[in-house]
Amino acid sequence: MQPLLEIKHLNKSFTMHILQGKKIEALLDVNFIVNEGEIIGLTGKSGSGKSSLMKCIYRTYLSDGGQINYHANEGIVDLVTANDYEIIYLRKKGINYCSQFLSVIPRVTALQVVAQPLLKKGYDANIAIEKAKIILNTLGLPEALWSGFPVTFSGGEQQRINVARAIIDPPKLLLIDEPTASLDPNTKDIVIELLLALKKQGTTIICISHDDYTLDHLVNRRIHLEKGIIIN
Amino acid sequence: MIQENKFSTQYRFAFIDEATKREIRRKLLKAIAIPGYQVPYSSPEMPIARGWGTGGLHVTLAIIGPNDIFKIIDQGSDASVNACNLRNFVQTMTGVETTLDTAKATIIQTRHRITEEKLSKDQIFVYQVPQPEPLRSVERYENKTRQMHGEADYAKMWVSLYEQFVRHGDIMLGAGYPVKVNGRYIMAPSPIPRWDIPNLNNSEAIHLFGAGREKRLYAVPPYTKVEPLEFEDVKFHIEDFKGIPCFRTGYQKAFLDELYYDDGSKHYVINDSNFLDKKMNNEAPIQHENHYLNKLENEA
Amino acid sequence: MRHNSENWLLKVEGLTKIYGSPNNNTIHQTGPQFDSNICPETNAIVACADINFELFPGEVLGIVGESGSGKSTIVKILYFDMEHFSGNVLFNKEPYIGKNILKESNQSKRAIRNHLMGMVYQNPRDGLNFKFTSGGNIAEKLIMAGNYHVGTIREKASNLLEKTEVPVLRLDDLPAHFSGGMQQRVQISKAIANHPPLLFLDEVTTGLDVSVQAKVLDLIRELQHELGIAMIVVSHDLSVIRMLTDRTLVMKNGRIVEQGLTDQILQDPQHPYTQLLVSSIL
Repeated sequence: MQPLLEIKHLNKSFTMHILQGKKIEALLDVNFIVNEGEIIGLTGKSGSGKSSLMKCIYRTYLSDGGQINYHANEGIVDLVTANDYEIIYLRKKGINYCSQFLSVIPRVTALQVVAQPLLKKGYDANIAIEKAKIILNTLGLPEALWSGFPVTFSGGEQQRINVARAIIDPPKLLLIDEPTASLDPNTKDIVIELLLALKKQGTTIICISHDDYTLDHLVNRRIHLEKGIIIN
Repeated sequence: MIQENKFSTQYRFAFIDEATKREIRRKLLKAIAIPGYQVPYSSPEMPIARGWGTGGLHVTLAIIGPNDIFKIIDQGSDASVNACNLRNFVQTMTGVETTLDTAKATIIQTRHRITEEKLSKDQIFVYQVPQPEPLRSVERYENKTRQMHGEADYAKMWVSLYEQFVRHGDIMLGAGYPVKVNGRYIMAPSPIPRWDIPNLNNSEAIHLFGAGREKRLYAVPPYTKVEPLEFEDVKFHIEDFKGIPCFRTGYQKAFLDELYYDDGSKHYVINDSNFLDKKMNNEAPIQHENHYLNKLENEA
Repeated sequence: MRHNSENWLLKVEGLTKIYGSPNNNTIHQTGPQFDSNICPETNAIVACADINFELFPGEVLGIVGESGSGKSTIVKILYFDMEHFSGNVLFNKEPYIGKNILKESNQSKRAIRNHLMGMVYQNPRDGLNFKFTSGGNIAEKLIMAGNYHVGTIREKASNLLEKTEVPVLRLDDLPAHFSGGMQQRVQISKAIANHPPLLFLDEVTTGLDVSVQAKVLDLIRELQHELGIAMIVVSHDLSVIRMLTDRTLVMKNGRIVEQGLTDQILQDPQHPYTQLLVSSIL
């Protein structure tokens, strides 16, 4: 088993200048290793630091201290200290982040949203749209909605588009927040199947979930957080 | 009213004072050194109002010498009122011989036409220019047009030609078609018809342009390239008189005037009066040669 | 390809613009910590000072800030619409490599503007000539690049209009008769006509209806993916920044107060002003 991510002594706090410099601790001395091909489940109550941890890995949050050593194809990179351009490069090369809610861009059809990552990579537009159709079909999104605007969809429909977009271009590392929330049991299974299929292709997944069913069927190993500290 | 006496006994040769003459000559030399470039000059007061040919007159009077032979035409005619007035003025102020014969003249001043008869290397052609700035129609500010000339930024001019083509199917400019001189400056050749434009190119004579009201001089020295602005697929062409010979001579290769006779009939007659006279007397004046005229011959 | 820090397209060093007569203390007495652009001693106005950043090929950089922050000033200086006070700008394209392009001759600047840069203004009247047709406006750029064949010009202009979803039938119509959104799209066509490596977008959706904004922004994203143009997007609207940019500079009182990945700036702002800005999104 090859390690993909080595997190050492990771700390993250927020200083709210608008609140006269009030400091909020989010993560305290977090240490763990993720191996290639693993599916890790991050669990914990609201505010326990799960999202903060994922965002620190994705570099949306700037960590205060510690290391996040990522085994990229070109060598090991510490995501905490890497500069912006390295991060942009690594994200493009294969770190995907799928947040809990779809951020909707108005006037872009569901198909186009899902095809985005492929278009960005330079795929032919027709091929990208075809692939998007296949995934949306698998996820059970009715064809009638394919040329609709996601801003008008239900939570469950949006979630399916969100997941589809995150997996259409299989990344090396997938960070996914609540992939099965607001989905009916049938679709839940489909999403779990898709994520397991990704794992077979070599994707490593870190997944936040409250749902025991999902955790049981998807995840190799769980990491539990309480108030920013790992409790296992 | 100016008393004849004063001027018959106390006048400077060619009316303009010597210092100003020198200034105009200097500016003309600069203009010749930079073909097509507009040189500002003093444009001194004349006993003729602005807009009546003062610019051309300035040039003539600055360069004329006692042995010159002077001809002046207005829209091709030696006999128009303005041509006669200016001829008399120059003659009185200099005592030079004047002529109607294009071939005999050494200095020819013109308003809005080039002679049909070919100009030689012993002749200077002086134009009266109303608007020296070819870009004025697309840019009304002088500081901007100067910058455009300085940086050879003529895009706006080209776009206006493109727009004419789009709107009308052809470039609609008639008189005063803009030209590119020596591959650098775009110049306003004064409102001569398209017919005359090719005769500026590679001419043996010196062409001097004077705009008195706007206070600019410019020049095209001999054997200089002068090209009308054209696109690769929308080309310059001269006026088309196909099928219309001159009513008086039957000649087909000259620029024609449209005239209404007293009986109400309309006829076309050669515009250049001296050329017309020579043709009527069966003389053989040598015409300019250019490939637009040559094409006519082949098609005729 | 792996990021190469020597591979920048544009490098801005110490760019400063001051109106009036500054003295030695002017820059030190203005800025976000004083909440002021105006020098208390000389009344000189510091529009921007000590601006340093790099732009890499294909990158989309956002510059966000409120009125008076200096964001538009930077872009105006880079596009030669305005004179600088001090500083260097290096452009990594021949024949300007190693030269401060702010000091180049007017002819060179004109050549850079024609071939290497495109600009889309907030007000279409600044970028378009309303006396020319939409095709004529695009033709201006093509002619400046040496195209003198009307047929080819019209074909290229038509393609560009098609790309920006302006009906090609309107090639010979005057922009004055277009809606605001369409005028912007004609401006975009004109700006990319010569395939420049660098495009400036200065508040391009401000003032447009919301639905039109969305369309224009999406068009810009598509073009960026397709053509790989590096862009500098100036906006006071954080949602525009979020949608278009990879990295962002946050400006206040003429200085850069924070810069970083756009998602980091929006979700984990460090500087007090950035936090204030982000928390003020309706």
